Amino acid sequence: MSAGANAPAIRLVNLTLGYDRRPAVHHLDGEIAPGEGLAVCGPNGAGKSTLLKGLAGLLAPLGGAIDFVGAPRRAAAYLPQVVDIDRAFPINVRDFVAMGALARIGLWAALNGAERARVAAAIETVGLVGFESRTLETLSGGQMQRALFARLIVQDQPIVLLDEPFGAIDGATIDDLLALIARWRAEGRTVVAVLHELDIVRRAFPQTLLLARECIFWGDTRDALRQENLLRARAMSEAFDERARECLRDAFDAKDKLHVH
Amino acid sequence: MFTDVFVTPFADYEFMRRALVGSLALALSGAPLGVFLILRRMSLAGDALSHAILPGAAVGYLVAGLSLPAMTFGGLVAGLVVALAAGAASRFTTLREDASLAAFYLVSLALGVTLVSLRGSNVDLLHVLFGSVVGLDDAALLMLVGVSTVTLVLMALFYRALVMDTLDPLFLRQTSAFGEFTPFLFLALVVLNLVAGFQALGTLMAVGVMMLPAAAARLWTRDLAVALPLAAAIGALCCYGGLVFSNETSAPTGPAIILAAGVVYFVSMIFGRAGGLLRLKRPRRHFEG
Repeated sequence: MSAGANAPAIRLVNLTLGYDRRPAVHHLDGEIAPGEGLAVCGPNGAGKSTLLKGLAGLLAPLGGAIDFVGAPRRAAAYLPQVVDIDRAFPINVRDFVAMGALARIGLWAALNGAERARVAAAIETVGLVGFESRTLETLSGGQMQRALFARLIVQDQPIVLLDEPFGAIDGATIDDLLALIARWRAEGRTVVAVLHELDIVRRAFPQTLLLARECIFWGDTRDALRQENLLRARAMSEAFDERARECLRDAFDAKDKLHVH
Repeated sequence: MFTDVFVTPFADYEFMRRALVGSLALALSGAPLGVFLILRRMSLAGDALSHAILPGAAVGYLVAGLSLPAMTFGGLVAGLVVALAAGAASRFTTLREDASLAAFYLVSLALGVTLVSLRGSNVDLLHVLFGSVVGLDDAALLMLVGVSTVTLVLMALFYRALVMDTLDPLFLRQTSAFGEFTPFLFLALVVLNLVAGFQALGTLMAVGVMMLPAAAARLWTRDLAVALPLAAAIGALCCYGGLVFSNETSAPTGPAIILAAGVVYFVSMIFGRAGGLLRLKRPRRHFEG
């Protein structure tokens, strides 16, 4: 029943992501193993959110490739950093969480008994029992975040992408959501999360990618978060060079589009 | 006395019956679209698109005179071009959708007025802008009813996608192949209804029958499944009321229908149970928990 068991490996091959030819993630190579718990850390403007957008399939690479080995491109459930949801929209928590079933039931099928049970179980897991019939605008920030996590549960995808899921969330809620992330990992799902709270990273994520547009360190969390690595990441300049020339690092690979440095 | 005012005009005159059927068709499909326009914070986009239709209708008029098929086809093309171009411009340039839409419709409107005044008289321009619901012939009536049917069927078919695209467009784009398609479908339906409406009510009034009942319905309910049929029902009621008023006072039909909708809107604004003004007057004691 759980889709976690067959999580694909995610292979990043010389990956460059960005906007208007400006790279935000630059020549990134690596592989995220099935069932991995990977934290993505780095200063503001380091390309963390951009990387997640790329993994979610919402941003086409400027160069290189993202390969979900043996899985379709929509195999990821994605929680963006800023959720563009109009909370005044007339929809209750149960229907909102049920949106997660879209990929399985499509636009026309009704929610069957199994899907309804899945929605109810997800709402119970995130601790929103009793809120099913309330509209989104009556939820607090933390409760809304729990509802979003419930929707991720219902999506039941082998890969879960979380972009700063704990901003403005209290400690109790963070603990509950971390327990959920641990459960996802135990089910064999891959979890990739952008995080700023380093103590949470150390607690819950064995692997860390320290990113500052380029990869500073990718490996064991304890090694990645060493002082010298953090300082190197912080030294990265956020502003892009207006007079940057075209990047010729791939000049020998004619397939890659050129982009500006 | 009652029947003299409310029944006899429709029993006695065929043009009144035609006007009623045509405007009812328009309200039944337009008002639910209006509910979605409000939820998407695009209340003014309908207005903008109604202006955008003008040059197409004008070209149709210049080519074929006051011919409904020609003007409709022209209006449809112009409206879709502006809607799609504005949508594409907001996707691929730094301008947001409201700015691109404003730019495109202003140019479109100016082009339309120029085209009409180059050849026709101002009377013709007024006819295009304000329409005439009492002059509906078979072709116009069939088109109104046809557009209404197609709109309602497509809305029902893509209801789930429309709701999700309105609530959380990024989620729909990431999880479903319909994410890119749904906003365009929605805009196309809006344009279709505006074009159908311009013969009956005129380009400007067609927006009114879309937005006013929708806004009124939102003031009565927080439930989308109630708001959609309620908006359609309010729209239908306003069409009937407007035609009766117009018949009694010989006021022009289009504005009469919109004024009727305006009355319902202002009443809803005061008494509406889901956000009307009256609930501010006497706040009741708060609950224990």
